[in-house]
Amino acid sequence: MEVRADLHIHTCLSPCADRDMSPPTVVRRGRERGLHVIAVCDHNSAENVEAAIRAAEDAGLAVIGGMEITSREEVHVLGLFKDDRALQSAQEVVYENLRGENEPQVFGEQLVMNERGEVVRHNGRLLIGATGLSVEEVVQTIHRLGGLAIAAHVDRPRFSLLSQLGFVPAGLDLDAVEVCAEAPPAVPKDLAVVRSSDAHRPEEIGARYTRFLVERPTASEIGMALRRIEGRRVLT
Amino acid sequence: MNLKEIVHNLGLEVRTGQSALMTEVRGGYAGDLLSDVLAHGQPADLWVTLQTHPNTVAVASLKGLAGIVLVNGREPEADTLQRAEAENVVLLVSALPAFELVGRLHALGLSGMRT
Repeated sequence: MEVRADLHIHTCLSPCADRDMSPPTVVRRGRERGLHVIAVCDHNSAENVEAAIRAAEDAGLAVIGGMEITSREEVHVLGLFKDDRALQSAQEVVYENLRGENEPQVFGEQLVMNERGEVVRHNGRLLIGATGLSVEEVVQTIHRLGGLAIAAHVDRPRFSLLSQLGFVPAGLDLDAVEVCAEAPPAVPKDLAVVRSSDAHRPEEIGARYTRFLVERPTASEIGMALRRIEGRRVLT
Repeated sequence: MNLKEIVHNLGLEVRTGQSALMTEVRGGYAGDLLSDVLAHGQPADLWVTLQTHPNTVAVASLKGLAGIVLVNGREPEADTLQRAEAENVVLLVSALPAFELVGRLHALGLSGMRT
């Protein structure tokens, strides 16, 4: 089957995202935009993933739980996980390596919501901050937990692998790089390239997406497509 | 001015490249975004940065920089040390914060401008 996936969407848990990015709104907009798969990736936290998964029950849209992890070099790396257990373990590692408290007036509110879009609590951590983990440690942590590691928006001048570290470090075992523009990025040719919206506002959801040829709309299948395994692949 | 004089004057610690300390330094560049250093660093610059990632060694090598100084007492990662040794890139450590170190380098006669 061919699936359209937007693998980088924030919710109102990210301090820089709109308050309107409630889990049910993200799911509804994703479906309206004709997506089959979305990945919820807030900064250094996954506390709105469960609500999004619940909101998507019977919606005909698969939700992958993820996180946009900030390395100590201030490189953003998406971790996409196959199940809740792996996601929770990843979140634990990130929280252990993340210092500071959020200042909502300065950075924005960090709202944890339920599947109906009601505020359950405020996350008090400095989610906009950098972890103490190197980019290699971030990728290793994601892979140890069976997840997919994608360098986020590599063609942007801020918080990208290429802006921070100049080029893809030798031996960094990424599953893919994500780009925002149409032009191919300056990365090794064998690395898969995905396009995602990095949506912080409802109208941005699905503005960019990637088409995959897979058997099912899951993180495992997308991982196989990124590595071109058993006929799965990224469609151009 | 060579690296040895700078090391001596500012009390820097040498982590790698001991045999290359006679390298002439012609100017300085400060920055933590490697993409920016790739774009603007010039040959024989001494590079002041807080980045400890192994890619710094490749940037210094590629641009022909005189050496790298890590600020605030930051130590290079193990891989960074290994690569710097393999490529004989000079890796120095200063306990000073970047602003202070750059000020002292400037006072020694190094400039960030080339005419």
